[in-house]
Amino acid sequence: MIKIDGLKKMFNNSIVLNDIDTAFEKGKTNLIIGQSGSGKTVLLKCILGLFEIEKGKIIFDNKILASMSSIERSKLRQDMGMVFQGSALFDSMNVIENVMFPMKMFTDKSNDEINERANIAINRVNLVNSNSKFPSELSGGMKKRVAIARAIVMNPKYLFCDEPNSGLDPKTSILIDNLINEITKEFNITTVINSHDMNSVMEIGEKIIFLEDGIKKWEGTNKDIFNTENESVTKFVYSSELFKKVRKVYLKK
Amino acid sequence: MKLLFHFGRYFLMIQKTFKKFTKWTMLKELIFREIDDLIIRSIGIISFLSFFVGGVVAIQTAINIDNPLLPSYLIGFTTRQSIILEFAPTFISVIMAGKVGSFITSSIGTMKVTEQIDALKVMGVNTYNYLIFPKIIALTLFPFLITIAMFLGIFGGYVACVSGGFSSHADFVEGLQLDFIPFHVTYAFIKSFIFALILATVPSYHGYFMEGGALGVGKASTTSFIWTSVSIIIANSLITNILLT
Repeated sequence: MIKIDGLKKMFNNSIVLNDIDTAFEKGKTNLIIGQSGSGKTVLLKCILGLFEIEKGKIIFDNKILASMSSIERSKLRQDMGMVFQGSALFDSMNVIENVMFPMKMFTDKSNDEINERANIAINRVNLVNSNSKFPSELSGGMKKRVAIARAIVMNPKYLFCDEPNSGLDPKTSILIDNLINEITKEFNITTVINSHDMNSVMEIGEKIIFLEDGIKKWEGTNKDIFNTENESVTKFVYSSELFKKVRKVYLKK
Repeated sequence: MKLLFHFGRYFLMIQKTFKKFTKWTMLKELIFREIDDLIIRSIGIISFLSFFVGGVVAIQTAINIDNPLLPSYLIGFTTRQSIILEFAPTFISVIMAGKVGSFITSSIGTMKVTEQIDALKVMGVNTYNYLIFPKIIALTLFPFLITIAMFLGIFGGYVACVSGGFSSHADFVEGLQLDFIPFHVTYAFIKSFIFALILATVPSYHGYFMEGGALGVGKASTTSFIWTSVSIIIANSLITNILLT
């Protein structure tokens, strides 16, 4: 479980995140939603420890991030998996090398064991016959799959995804969403996804927090989002005519 | 004030480069890859440039010695001194600032833009050590390139001089051996070793701390070339003052 308590983040004297309180639960797919520039990515990078925070606490399973020693932080990082918006695969390595990288770096397992584990992760994301391909030879969806495989190869406790659907077609987006959701359940991971994709919100958002101008305006589940009267949320989620109609039909039912 | 900030950040970067080392098996692979990228792949261009610049130095010296009282072995002597003292270590380093420096800045900068550096940080890798240390180690072989440049520069001068009829084989070789001071070679190697450290770290700094997208990478590469060249020229002046005066 990840708990956030009164988090405040500033850049050059301007407040980017203010007084964020929330908790991301284990075994659930937690979503951070909001408009571009609302502070989603900054929040994710604060949780990851890539940005220092001005105020508040980030607590990983009862351990405060800021109070951790460098050894504890290193250990925590090995329990984290991250899928970046652009996949962030290493250009100089092929698929299997990318997936093997965290294990080669942080474990003393033999090459055969590492190779076997990497292949399990690659098979889990349904990527076949691509082990020797380089990132430049992969499609957007395939890159995302490799990034997910790399993120789960060390059996992480926490999985973070920054807009995993960006640049993907609707069908592939749903496949990636379902894959992340399945992995969350299968490995009992605390998954935090940054998204502004409404399909993801409706499909896999077991816990959703809505950010606006760096402030948490709403928190709930994908079921609650249909019934909410919060103006900021409804304006954002039901901005398209299609979703307005979907909501009407849902509420009638 | 801004310059002071960059100096401080540069030295902090170097300090972090030598902390929390990457696993040796991984580091070994990275070092060999950097040796290939930075040293082996530079041999061709350095050989080509050294040979022809050596030739030009010899021809220009020969043309300018029009006084019949000046012996023709001076061509060999001047070629040797120019190549060993200045052309091989300094001129080649400035060329390498363009070739290797831009490569280092753009490769690290691209990794930053595409969030590969963030991915390494999230995994708990010391990105300074992982990215910069192998380049420093690879470039400690830079004096090897300078040796090639010295040899081919002098050989180019010899070929141009003898084949162009400016001097005989015996006169050129006599000039090469005249008043030879072995410390000049040591001085050239000390210089090239320090330039190698500049070549590894200054472009890495510009790549690591670049801002913006693809355009930022281009700008960082240009800035990196300028500052690497400036640093080499300043270091050259300081080392020459310390070692030769």
